[in-house]
Amino acid sequence: MNDTRSPLQSIAIYLGALLILIWSAGPFLWQFSTSFQLDKALTSGSPSLIPSPFTLEHYYNAFVEKQLHRYVWNSLVVSLATTFLCLFVGSLAAFALSRLNIKGRFGILMVILSVSMFPQIALVGPLYLVASNLGLLDTYTALIITYLALGLPLVTWVLFGYFETLPREIDEAARMDGVSIPGLLWHIILPMSLPSLVTTGLLAFITAWNEFLFALAFTSNIDHQTIPVGIANFTNLYYVPWGDIAAASAVVTVPLIVLVLFFQRHIIEGLTQGGIKE
Amino acid sequence: MSAAVDVSGTGRPRRLGKALPGALWALLLLTPAFVSLASVSFYPIVNGLYLSLTNTSLITQDQDFTGFANYVQLWGDAQFWNAWWHTMWFTLASTTLETVIGLGMALILCEAFKGRGLVRAAMLVPWAMPTVVTSKMFGWLFDGQNGIINYILLHAGLIEQNVNWYGSTQTAMTTIIIADVWKTTPFMALLLLTGLQTVPNSLIEAARMDGAKGWITFWYIRLPLLMPTLLIAGLFRALDAFRVFDLVYVLTGGGPADSTETLSTLSYKVLFSTLQFGYGAAVSTAMFVTEGIIALVFCLYLVRQIRRAQ
Repeated sequence: MNDTRSPLQSIAIYLGALLILIWSAGPFLWQFSTSFQLDKALTSGSPSLIPSPFTLEHYYNAFVEKQLHRYVWNSLVVSLATTFLCLFVGSLAAFALSRLNIKGRFGILMVILSVSMFPQIALVGPLYLVASNLGLLDTYTALIITYLALGLPLVTWVLFGYFETLPREIDEAARMDGVSIPGLLWHIILPMSLPSLVTTGLLAFITAWNEFLFALAFTSNIDHQTIPVGIANFTNLYYVPWGDIAAASAVVTVPLIVLVLFFQRHIIEGLTQGGIKE
Repeated sequence: MSAAVDVSGTGRPRRLGKALPGALWALLLLTPAFVSLASVSFYPIVNGLYLSLTNTSLITQDQDFTGFANYVQLWGDAQFWNAWWHTMWFTLASTTLETVIGLGMALILCEAFKGRGLVRAAMLVPWAMPTVVTSKMFGWLFDGQNGIINYILLHAGLIEQNVNWYGSTQTAMTTIIIADVWKTTPFMALLLLTGLQTVPNSLIEAARMDGAKGWITFWYIRLPLLMPTLLIAGLFRALDAFRVFDLVYVLTGGGPADSTETLSTLSYKVLFSTLQFGYGAAVSTAMFVTEGIIALVFCLYLVRQIRRAQ
């Protein structure tokens, strides 16, 4: 395919690829390196990518002084609950839209997708009033209910796309054997959709893990605040603790990056299906 | 867009559901999703419309219907228009840059080269990172005193003294746009890449046989075929950029001197700092309307493009 490429073109392509690599990974590598450097080294005026001397001071500060683990715990509870609820509700809806005889299902799908385009700032005021009236401020519940609705459109859309690729003969055969409708979903469609469930689950998890606006509005103390709110509030009285922030960034971002890299192919496929191709 | 659905519409199983009729099952299975979206998305929008016609405030405890008073106030509110223009500028600049640079990246990724998998994997890093973390990270990269960007530019001789990037009204918005472009462009490139890969290779080969140069095959074959993908990706991106909140709120908080105030941050302040929920709802409704208009213009343009292509 590439026999026609001249040396000059090859160089241009590799140079471009290198630029993309630096663009994508460079800033975070610098942030990661920062997290291991002493404040003195960071303000010395001659930055170096290799931490010397190497220090874990910032990680100590992040966990002991700023109680990072409590934010991590809150985020884990909220994000995992959101993920499972999203998968449950989303797969029911996607299954119904894909496999049952529903009139105007394309319209329904478009409505579901368009919901994800609503500006979230328009939702936060009225939802705050509801949460306040129901006594749900500073609870996990308020966040989970909100994130379920935020994640649901994408989850439903991607799962629907996947269910559509499963051959319908399987349904017919199962129906012949007397499998009920919930049985068809639970015993046949879902086990076959495992890769898609993992991807969509990861997308829902990331949505909840990274969400800031609602967490900021609905929670006011460390008992229920999630990581983004915690990190946003990472300030000291007299200076910005860049090293501590870098350490906290590394802690909450590295696991996410590992997960994403592990599932990268599925993620790209899933998202393009949800966002563009259809 | 409708092709996939038409295909799947045929051969729909008819005999599902012996115990319960199919329609009832469908209703049952869709209910949880409907309840969730209706209560967390549709209800707040409708309620927000109503609130925007009242003087609801959590401080005065007022809750009276005031008609269009909020909108009249909004029309003459310099802060609102300031934020409106900032948001439009941010949306236009970031969407354009992300689409153009993303297309460039996608064209490179389209070629076969060693280490392509690595590059493609690395491109997901900015996307996966929480926006709040991105914001703080750019705070450090673009720090006015010890930021690495100032250090690099200074030593490359591109600037003569440290620039106070997000601390000065001149450069704060630009810094935020750069941060957004950094975060979103690689992902945009991956979306465009899948679009590029659907352009049949045989077409490009044939053009090359006829002696067409690289940029001619790009301009006359790849770009027109990629146009629908490009426009849809651009639309999604523009709608997303329009509601920018995390980046601004964490990096500058709308400052310095309101120079980066956007509609989302302004709404948030009106809602949660002054607790004027009525007026705040008017701001966010105005934002919703603007977003609707952007979507409409995009869609009309898209339909025209597709018609012309046929």
